[in-house]
Amino acid sequence: MPGRIAIAGAGLAGLSAAQELRRLGHDGEISMVGAESHRPYRRPPLSKDYLLDHDADVALPGTGELGVTWLLGQAATGLDLAGRRLLRGALPSVPFDALVIATGVRPRTLPGADGLRGVVTLRTLDDARTLRDALAGRPRVVVAGAGFLGSEVAATLRALDVPVTLVEPDRVPLRRPLGEQVGAIIADLHRAHDVDLRLGRRVSAVTGAGRVERVHLDDGTVLAADLLVAALGAEPQVEWLHGSGVRLDGGVVVDRHGLAAPRVAAAGDVARWPSAMLGGELIRVEHYSNAVEQGAHAVRALLGIADRYDPVPSFWCDLYGHRLRSVGLTGAGYELRLLAHEPDGRFLAEYHHNGRVVGAVTAGFLRRLTTYRHLLTKEHA
Amino acid sequence: MRVRVDMNLCQTHAQCVFAAPEVFALNDDDELVYDATPADALRPAIEEAARACPVQAIFLDGD
Ligand SMILES: Cc1cc2nc3c(=O)[nH]c(=O)nc-3n(C[C@H](O)[C@H](O)[C@H](O)COP(=O)(O)OP(=O)(O)OC[C@H]3O[C@@H](n4cnc5c(N)ncnc54)[C@H](O)[C@@H]3O)c2cc1C
Ligand code: SF4
Repeated sequence: MPGRIAIAGAGLAGLSAAQELRRLGHDGEISMVGAESHRPYRRPPLSKDYLLDHDADVALPGTGELGVTWLLGQAATGLDLAGRRLLRGALPSVPFDALVIATGVRPRTLPGADGLRGVVTLRTLDDARTLRDALAGRPRVVVAGAGFLGSEVAATLRALDVPVTLVEPDRVPLRRPLGEQVGAIIADLHRAHDVDLRLGRRVSAVTGAGRVERVHLDDGTVLAADLLVAALGAEPQVEWLHGSGVRLDGGVVVDRHGLAAPRVAAAGDVARWPSAMLGGELIRVEHYSNAVEQGAHAVRALLGIADRYDPVPSFWCDLYGHRLRSVGLTGAGYELRLLAHEPDGRFLAEYHHNGRVVGAVTAGFLRRLTTYRHLLTKEHA
Repeated sequence: MRVRVDMNLCQTHAQCVFAAPEVFALNDDDELVYDATPADALRPAIEEAARACPVQAIFLDGD
């Protein structure tokens, strides 16, 4: 077993890697280098309970029992692959025998809105605190982007009875990840909860004296606003790896076992891997369960005991008391079959590709969804 | 090996059902049911399920 392990990125995937190392009996040094000052925590509540409830818990248990050296509050600034060390700016570098890259993603920002107060993104605990504090004044909110995050934030804010305008360039919310018909169901959910949904529109400018006062849309509409939540998707945090020799292409590219270079693995939101279900096409997902699974897998890859990384992805997302859950691959690129759609908003949809089922999504038909999990596992086993 | 799910915490995310279908399942009412004394060979899958549970409701003890 390699002696010193470094983990770049103290998030969920990094934690899962550390836990797997200890589980497999590794008793050597593990250094976790994290840009945030917090130990790993759960992000999903940040757009849900955390905004509603000041006592909401985001802690991940067990971080104290891992015997990990926490190097927090300072990002890795470079990777010296030949010298086998992580660089940390002016701070001492971290030598390693094997490395897990798990630096996640960062939210895209709205061009031209820099420096204006009241324009926020949501990724970290600190972001969520800022947003929660801003909500105390019952602001008029514009959410830019009706993806998973934007849709969820809009739903949570409506539970707080905060007025929300949700702006989405596409024809329906979540069209790309979930397809047109499912997106249309979600659009109806937003409207039923008095979200002012502006589809086919994008935010073209934000103006105000030092802070956001008006949000301009590309059709000339001007919205009065106190807070703008930019939920425009996220980019893999890989700048620090430029020139390191690790292959970067829309994330850190790993081979079928999860390795980005000899004795270097990558996992979580930052990693792109060749999907067996898609005949080797590179995919990257931003799902909780994948970060857990791939973090553990990365360690097995470093130890040379890993099978091909071939997960059945799954995610969930909470909207107005409905919990959306998916399994497998979903998206506008696959043929969508809506199998059920009830007046109360519950639905079940399947995704087909090359003549077979590759995934499914539901609100309310959970048990039927779990049967897909078995099917998908069997199909490409 | 004993498995326990704190049903006060569980929000039927079903992530555990995906991670360890041999142990965790949903009943007709979409409630979680599970095998409290699974075979030791399932331990890795159960540990993975415990980590995948978004509310950390799954507990494992005994060898
Ligand atoms: C608000 C919100 C809600 C979500 N809700 C859901 C949900 O309902 N369901 C679901 O399935 N998924 C959800 N997700 C996604 C899920 O949280 C992520 O998939 C998961 O956190 C990914 O884990 P990770 O370890 O890959 O990345 P992260 O958790 O982002 O961890 C990466 C860490 O690396 C740090 N880092 C970055 N660069 C460096 C560097 N150079 N050096 C050192 N450290 C660095 C980052 O600061 C960060 O702390 C949500 C995410 C957010 C933000
Ligand atoms: S993953 Fe956790 S919350 Fe979900 S059903 Fe299993 S125990 Fe319950």
